[in-house]
Amino acid sequence: MAHGPAKGISRWLFTTNHKDIGSMYLWFSFAMFLLGGTFALVIRMELFQPGLQIVEPNFFNQMTTMHGLVMVFGAVMPAFVGLANWMIPMMIGAPDMALPRMNNWSFWILPFAFALLVSTFFMDGGAPNFGWTFYAPLSTTYAPDTVTFFIFGVHIMGASSIMGAINIVATILNLRAPGMTLMKMPLFVWTWLITAYLLIAVMPVLAGVVTMMLMDIHFGTSFFEAAGGGDPVLFQHVFWFFGHPEVYIMILPAFGIVSAIIPTFARKPLFGYSSMVYASASIAFLSFIVWAHHMFTVGMPLFGELVFMYATMLIAVPTGVKVFNWVTTMWQGAMTFETPMLFSIAFVILFTIGGFSGLMLAIAPVDFQYHDTYFVVAHFHYVLVPGAIFSITAAVYYWLPKWTGKMYDETLGKTHFWLAFIGLNVTFFPMHFSGLAGMPRRIPDYNPLWADWNMISSIGAFLFGGAQILFLYIVIRAIVSGKKATDRVWEGSHGLEWTVPSPAPYHTFTTPPPKEDMQSY
Amino acid sequence: MLITCKRSLALLFATSLMLLPAIGFADGWQLNMTEGVTSISKEVYKLHMTVFYICCVIGVVVFGAMFVSMFLHRKSRGVKASNFHESVVLELLWTIVPALILIVIAIPSTTLLKKIYNTDDAEIDILITAHQWKWQYEYLGEDVSFFSISSTPPSQINNEEEKGEHYLLEVDKPLVIPVGTKVRFLVTAGDVIHSWWVPDLAVKRDAIPGYTNEAWTQVEQEGVYRGQCAELCGKDHGFMPIEVHVVSKAKYAEWIGAKKDEVLAIAEASKKVLELDELMATGEEVYNTNCASCHQADGKGLPPTFPAIAGSAIAMGELSGHLNRVINGGAGMPPFGEQLTPVEAAAVITFQRNSFGNDMGQLVQPIDVVTFKQGQ
Repeated sequence: MAHGPAKGISRWLFTTNHKDIGSMYLWFSFAMFLLGGTFALVIRMELFQPGLQIVEPNFFNQMTTMHGLVMVFGAVMPAFVGLANWMIPMMIGAPDMALPRMNNWSFWILPFAFALLVSTFFMDGGAPNFGWTFYAPLSTTYAPDTVTFFIFGVHIMGASSIMGAINIVATILNLRAPGMTLMKMPLFVWTWLITAYLLIAVMPVLAGVVTMMLMDIHFGTSFFEAAGGGDPVLFQHVFWFFGHPEVYIMILPAFGIVSAIIPTFARKPLFGYSSMVYASASIAFLSFIVWAHHMFTVGMPLFGELVFMYATMLIAVPTGVKVFNWVTTMWQGAMTFETPMLFSIAFVILFTIGGFSGLMLAIAPVDFQYHDTYFVVAHFHYVLVPGAIFSITAAVYYWLPKWTGKMYDETLGKTHFWLAFIGLNVTFFPMHFSGLAGMPRRIPDYNPLWADWNMISSIGAFLFGGAQILFLYIVIRAIVSGKKATDRVWEGSHGLEWTVPSPAPYHTFTTPPPKEDMQSY
Repeated sequence: MLITCKRSLALLFATSLMLLPAIGFADGWQLNMTEGVTSISKEVYKLHMTVFYICCVIGVVVFGAMFVSMFLHRKSRGVKASNFHESVVLELLWTIVPALILIVIAIPSTTLLKKIYNTDDAEIDILITAHQWKWQYEYLGEDVSFFSISSTPPSQINNEEEKGEHYLLEVDKPLVIPVGTKVRFLVTAGDVIHSWWVPDLAVKRDAIPGYTNEAWTQVEQEGVYRGQCAELCGKDHGFMPIEVHVVSKAKYAEWIGAKKDEVLAIAEASKKVLELDELMATGEEVYNTNCASCHQADGKGLPPTFPAIAGSAIAMGELSGHLNRVINGGAGMPPFGEQLTPVEAAAVITFQRNSFGNDMGQLVQPIDVVTFKQGQ
């Protein structure tokens, strides 16, 4: 029964094992994280001082665009899929993902998608330079020819995400061990189930909008070309109908991770399990009816503005429920502060700050002053970096001993946390101020009025970037020479994944686990 | 007001474990949104602060509970974990209370948004058309129309000269409006999407090809107010500033009169025949303001997006082709026929045909431009 992995490179090329594929997703996303981070550092170098020093304005635009695309589609999304691959079968007592060959395929098309996208740097016209939101007609009629490569890259990423999502839904709905009822599933499984439905709903919309661009560019249609009777605002409606659920795709699995880690280190069950499930589902539903809050300044009629403003404000309610639940989970626990817990607590605090600025941005009349300024940049980095990145980092520290059978160095882990935490706040907190003081986003040069905050942001960015190199070192060091981990790993850990040995054998749960091991916690 | 706001921001700093940098709050350290100079901008500021304070209070409660918990409920203090994990009362409470707070915020927001959307009864209508990378202002019914371009010299951008106070926030020809008058802006674009934003007026409206968006302002205080394009619009998105001069009604009438005289003067000047050195001097100036950002000061361009003027087939070819490209645009280049006066167009074409190694030895006169335009 116990087949081991194949030898050499074929293990990775042809594998259908959820653990191997999960690892490949995670390493790939870390590589993309460093690449996207490098683009960010070029941006921060140019903005260190007013004036043009390092790059041309056009190349600056390529940097902002590629930073966004690589981070969203290359770093955050594949990292969550990697975690899902590793953890979902182990959390629900399944032997593997439901569709293992498709699993291999959905990973292996990703490197090609990004090779296509990044290759545009070396072509005439350069990489995409129209922002990660690629508003038409800047991204169609006025785009460099390389936009076609971008379109095909996005098509492939979309196909990969849709396949990954279908696989996750099929796995969760069909492969749960007997006794693992829906309301006993760990929240990470729940939030991923909801996320997968969001992906299946909106990735085709993204594919549709880039296909319409392709048609406009090469086949003479005028979907988004006003001169041909088309509508540039239509582009934004379609894009954000994808884009807003997309931002929840990048945060819902994070909710699941934090809901696993906080109870472990508070040694106390998650407060309000079922309300957490319902809140996640409400957030997912609301994500479909708030998209136009990204477009308050396009000149929608008053009624439209009001509808989208009210719907957006409503999101604060289920999100608040989640935050209150986490805080109450900590309340009267017996907490210890290992690295995963530190990242999770920082997640709750900083994500809440991002939520506050989100509430401010929801107020349409005031959004006219915030829109497209650094205040928005501060807002979405506060929800994405402590939200997605910190939760993924927490997840890696939390489950690494299970994956590798080795412990990471706790002191180094805590050092990584504090460097990243300080770096993040030094980078992004001042952006609230430069934005409120009137600095638009996506500009390579600016009035000296905003010079001081920008200089601080740039220093913080290098600190944050450096902290990630330390992260890489900590993980490699743990794999190479970490101390042996126990099966339970953490004193307060609960769930099926902790009932298997560390490192988790190549095949787990070939026979279903006993029912007594399954309790919602 | 400013002091309380700084204090509360400092509070937010503290709650987010952020250490305040040692700073003296000099000019460069502006923390907050401007209150602006219109009744709308002041209301926007007030609403912004209200929501901010509400967030601060919630933050103090939530983060306070977390910090108390992190301090008291830690294993190292020898505590035992409780096991409670459900409470319908609590869940209802923290669903209903935030919903009520949201209603409190929604009411003034709705009222203010209605006011912003009421563009009725404007005394002056100005059509704002955005182009890559300049603004065109047209005073409807007044026969006054002009382009407004960044006036920050490239030497400042390239760090060869010290940056001025209004670096990248200054233009050659500002928008001029009278004080205490309701002015309606009709905002559109000729190429890609831009956004017209002046923080002190709290006006930000996207300029979208095929759409005409409406916004309005009534400024109660004379002065100069500055802004920028707020929507990514290509290479020089960061270099398309806005400058609004709010003047007394008398001065405004005077200014409009002078603008109309300018139109007549331009027609007069177009009839003159100019010497080569005059054309070259004007042409170089026009080139540096209008052409150099793409085709570069040395005429070598940034191929393939922005072709070189030096040795260009158009600058070295038939004059009609050159006139056509400058006046009507094409191949990604915007048209300059409306923006440049016949004298300026003639001068810049002459300059391009006789500089950067181009040696056509050919003079183009304003009348050639006028004839070409009439012939279309």
